[in-house]
Amino acid sequence: MGDIKLIEVKEDILADNDAAAAELRERLKKEKTFMVNLMASPGAGKTSLLLQTITALKNDLRISVIEADIDSIVDAEKIAETGIQSIQLRTGGFCHLDVSMVKKGLEALDTDSLDLIFIENVGNLVCPAEFDTGATIDIMILSIPEGDDKPLKYPLMFSKCHALIVNKMDYLSLSDFNVDLMEKRVRKLNPDIEIFKVSCRTGEGINSWAKWLKKTVADSLAEKNP
Amino acid sequence: MHELPVTERVLDIVLKHAEKNHVRKIVSITLKVGELSDLESEWIQQYFDYLSKDTVAGGAVLKIERVPIVLKCGQCAESITIRKDQLGDTTCPKCSATGNFSIESGREYYIKEMEAE
Repeated sequence: MGDIKLIEVKEDILADNDAAAAELRERLKKEKTFMVNLMASPGAGKTSLLLQTITALKNDLRISVIEADIDSIVDAEKIAETGIQSIQLRTGGFCHLDVSMVKKGLEALDTDSLDLIFIENVGNLVCPAEFDTGATIDIMILSIPEGDDKPLKYPLMFSKCHALIVNKMDYLSLSDFNVDLMEKRVRKLNPDIEIFKVSCRTGEGINSWAKWLKKTVADSLAEKNP
Repeated sequence: MHELPVTERVLDIVLKHAEKNHVRKIVSITLKVGELSDLESEWIQQYFDYLSKDTVAGGAVLKIERVPIVLKCGQCAESITIRKDQLGDTTCPKCSATGNFSIESGREYYIKEMEAE
């Protein structure tokens, strides 16, 4: 046995990813492309929301989608039916996307000629919350059947998103979901979050969400580069 | 849930420091992980044992220090240490505000130090 010495490391495990994310955000800003990281549980309606949003905005904005799925291409096929370019990333078992995976998706897109890129993250409220993707904003969906207690169970996710889409509002009368209580719980974690109540099935509420997104994209793209 | 990629990063970083310090064997590694993270200590150790097998870090013990969740009150700037299950239901002990808190700590993923021969 030799002498044991203590070595100070003091390194952040996520520092590389965080630095790459900041760099990617800067690059997309220069290219005047807005990127949205969409996160939710499996079945909350990520692909349905994208289909509705694309329909609402495709005449105003040039849109593409990066789909992440552990091992299937069904989502990308649905998006392709709208006539929008979509890239499927198979994460091969990974529970979240990080910057290096997002960049692989971007390589297949001509980002310079796009206004808006959606990343459909892996369906999961835990891991995607911890890894910056380099997106301009983070958006999440909570659907009514999941329950109003989700902000208590997944606080990190609710605390980092710029907007929350409450989907499947058409199911509300069939459930004991308390919208006011949920909203109160979310606002405690994240007072500035925008909340939109929608039903991707009936189209209810999609307009006000799409209008907000369009304005947020326009405001961001109008900002002068430093 | 994402212990594997995190463990890979830990190994990369400690091996870099081992080389810089001409280390023969890493005995232990101290990580600081925020209470907000769902990282499972047991899994990290198992993945680490597997990944580090043929390196100077093989057999090293991972010590995980949890960093508490600290919120900052948006109204009076008081720092409040809470448990994870109190997150959605916090009241500021100083000014009684029940909302508008920002997270000051609890998200850390940090390698503090390592012991080596």
